[in-house]
Parts: sequence; C-alpha cells; structure tokens
Amino acid sequence: MSLILDRRTLVLGMGATLAGCDRLARHDSVREALFSAENFHKWAQRSLMARDALAQEFRPDQISPFFRPNGTANPNTPGYKALWRHGFADWRLKVGGLVDRPLSLSLAQLHHLPHREQITRHDCVEGWSAIGKWRGVPLKLILDGVGLRSDARYIVFRCADDMGGGRPYYESIDLVDAFHPQTILAFALNDQPLRVANGAPLRLRVERQLGYKHAKYLMEIEAVASLKEIGGGKGGFWEDHAGYDWYAGI
Amino acid sequence: MDSEPPESRLVLRHRLATRLWHWLNALLLYVLFTSGLGIFNAHPRLYWGHYGANFDTPWLTLERFGSWVTLPAHYSLAMSRHWHLAAAPIFAFALLIYMAWSVISRHLSRNLSFRREELAPRHLWEDICDHARLRFPTGETALRYNVLQKASYVGILFVVLPLLIFTGLSMSPGMNAAWPWLTELSGGRQSARSIHFIAAFTIVAFVLVHVLMVLLAGAANELRSMITGRYRLPEARS
Repeated sequence: MSLILDRRTLVLGMGATLAGCDRLARHDSVREALFSAENFHKWAQRSLMARDALAQEFRPDQISPFFRPNGTANPNTPGYKALWRHGFADWRLKVGGLVDRPLSLSLAQLHHLPHREQITRHDCVEGWSAIGKWRGVPLKLILDGVGLRSDARYIVFRCADDMGGGRPYYESIDLVDAFHPQTILAFALNDQPLRVANGAPLRLRVERQLGYKHAKYLMEIEAVASLKEIGGGKGGFWEDHAGYDWYAGI
Repeated sequence: MDSEPPESRLVLRHRLATRLWHWLNALLLYVLFTSGLGIFNAHPRLYWGHYGANFDTPWLTLERFGSWVTLPAHYSLAMSRHWHLAAAPIFAFALLIYMAWSVISRHLSRNLSFRREELAPRHLWEDICDHARLRFPTGETALRYNVLQKASYVGILFVVLPLLIFTGLSMSPGMNAAWPWLTELSGGRQSARSIHFIAAFTIVAFVLVHVLMVLLAGAANELRSMITGRYRLPEARS
C-alpha cells in the first residue's frame, strides 16, 4: 500500500465523499432531518435562557468604527425614492393584522414615544460582527398599544426593498422575541438618523438572533396566527428563497 | 510455521464504546470540517475581539476554500449551516457521553493517565526519539499508549474538542444572551471564530498524523482493532 497520497487522489476521494453527502441531502427525509436541527437549537436555547435574558451590551468605546451595511443598500424603488426625497415625512408604519386597534404611525410620532438605547453586536450569518448604538421604540409598547388578539402568534415585518421579481423582503418573529425588552424599532444608529444603507427610516432589532432577522426599511407590521400563508410560508425572505433557518439564534 | 509465538496472539485492544465513538467521530468531524469550511467561505477573514467586518483589520485573509473540500460542493451558506448545526449537537453529546464513560469505566485512569516515570525527561526524550525513528513498540508494550500518544489523545479529547464546542457556541447570539460569560471567556465573538478555526485545523493536523501512524504501524492490524476490537500483538524485534 502506497503511503503517499497524491493530491489528485485526495481531491478525488474528498470529492467523491462530498458528492455522496450532496446526493444524500437531496433526499427529502435527509433534508428534513438536517432542517429539523433548527427545532433542537431553538428548544435548547429557549430552555437555557430566561425569557427576557438580555443580549450582551457594550461600552461606547467598543463601537465599530464603521457599521457595515449588508443586503439591500438602497431599495431604489420609485415609492421608496419618493419617501426618501421628502425626508420620510410621508412615510407611515402600518400596524395591523390580528390586533384590536390598527395604527398608522409617522416618524415624528415614533420619535415622541419612549425610547430605548442599546449598544449591541450585530452578528451576520456570514460570520462578521459590527457593534453599534441603536435608538428606537420598544416593539412591546406598540404591540400593547394596538392590543394583540389572543390568536396572534407571530409578528410579520414587511419591508420596502424588493428583492427582485416583486418579492419584497419580509421577516417574522414569535411573541417571545416580539416582547423582549431589547426588541426595538430603531430609527437611529450611533446617534445619527438611520442611513439608507442601514435601513432608513426604521428597522427592526432582534438582538438574540442573526442579522437577516433584523428587517430594514420597515413599512408594515402585521400580527398573524400562522406564517403558512405569507410569502413562501417559511417566515422570511431568506427562509423562503435560500433555506435559512427561521430561528436564527445560532 | 509450527506454533505461533505468544507475542503474535490476538487480544482485545479497543472496547466497544471506544470503537463506536471513534467511527461516529470520524464521520461527524468530516461533516463538521467540510461544512465549516463552507460557512467560513461566506466571510473568509478572521479577526480578534468582539467585532470585525470588512472595514476592520483581519489577522488572516484567505481565498475561498475550493469546492473539493466544502460541504456542499458548491457555495451554499444555508446548506453548510444545516449540515454543521445538525452534526454539532450529536458530536457534542457523543463527546460528553464518551468522556463520562472514560471516567466511569476507568479507561481514563488506566490507559490515558500519565505514570510518574513516563514524565521523566529521559523517558520523554526516548519516546520522542522512538517516534522520530518510527520504532513502534512490540509485545505487551504495544498494548499501552506511550506518553506522546497519551498527551495527544488527552489534549484532543479534553482540550481541543471541548474548545471547538465552546467557541462554536460563543458565536451564537442566542447562547450569548443565555451565557454571556462564555463569549467573554473566548475574548469576543470574532476571537471565538478565530479560535474555532485554529482548533479545527489542529484536529486536521492530529488526524493526518494519526492516519500516518496507523499506516506505518500496520494499517490492517490497526484498522481491525478499531473495527472488531481484535489486535495482533506485534512480535518482539530480534
């Protein structure tokens, strides 16, 4: 037996084994098993942490020199451009769905609600992190204001950015995260009004989950009983189109 | 051949728990490493500290790993993550169970703990020389791990593998809320990612040396001992 594995053999061997794994992952049952790990992680993390356990907060001197924007840098739709040109004076956040008193809020109205400020780490699914100081209105305040009906289970966030082919970005979280004290609708980053690249005029912060849950360019918040009927039914744009986990705590 | 010399008899070398864990681990580490490289490819830069993104200074920047070594064999962060996050808990709990078994069954104290005389500088030096000259032990001595083997097995089992698990958990924003001290211990999420990467390649280095040693010591005999448990004692050198 030759002890020298040449690179070609190694490449072919690795390739063959990996191709085997790939083929395996195309079987529905294997795919289902792989995707079900999400349930384990959600259950394990929710069991380990208190319902209101806070994500780590940082000191001002720990803030990233530049907060990297990701995903859509500018929605660039005619509608969004018109809103931007007028400094978002005509922009309204619609809050509806399974609520007792639907609302429509202007940016000025949001500015007058109680705020929360938090210096937190934004963790991208790609692996990078940026620390920034966010200011915004706790989502809990708004949900308490509109009065959730008892059958509401999820909060859906609809966004202004069209991801191509009339598929607007959207995300969703359950009530545990919706009522978490650090879950805010942020209008300021590092003491400046939110820039377009970071989601102007308003974005979601869900600090215990990965970046793609933090929907930017918010237009509408909807309380729903199930995610099945919304978008592709998986609870978010990347969940529908790329197979990302809906629970992004890991 | 009239009668087999006593040294070449078959003995039970590895117990069932060790064999099961060994092969489960081989499979899981393969999946974890290749899917891990797929995840790494989403941002092939490493930083120290809490934060780190494109505008910050990395200590290591690499090209993306080729598709011959990533799972899946094309770029899919979502699928790499599914493989990685499905294999990781099985790997972690299997390690925990194996550690507990090692203590309870006295595998640890009998086979992996150092004896005082082994740690004498002279003995250590002899062991290193034996390794360097590829002089493998024979007879009854071949049934015991030598001091370098013990050091690497204990180091991998109780240091590097747990480090991989804990730095992996340190990168999770959910775990960060549950156990903030864990990420602090790693020195921040980006340090955790760097340590995770270094530990993964430490495992690869261990596996390469491990496989090389198995080949040199007699692949068939060593493989059989890890499959059926039976090992033929090598004859003493004349």
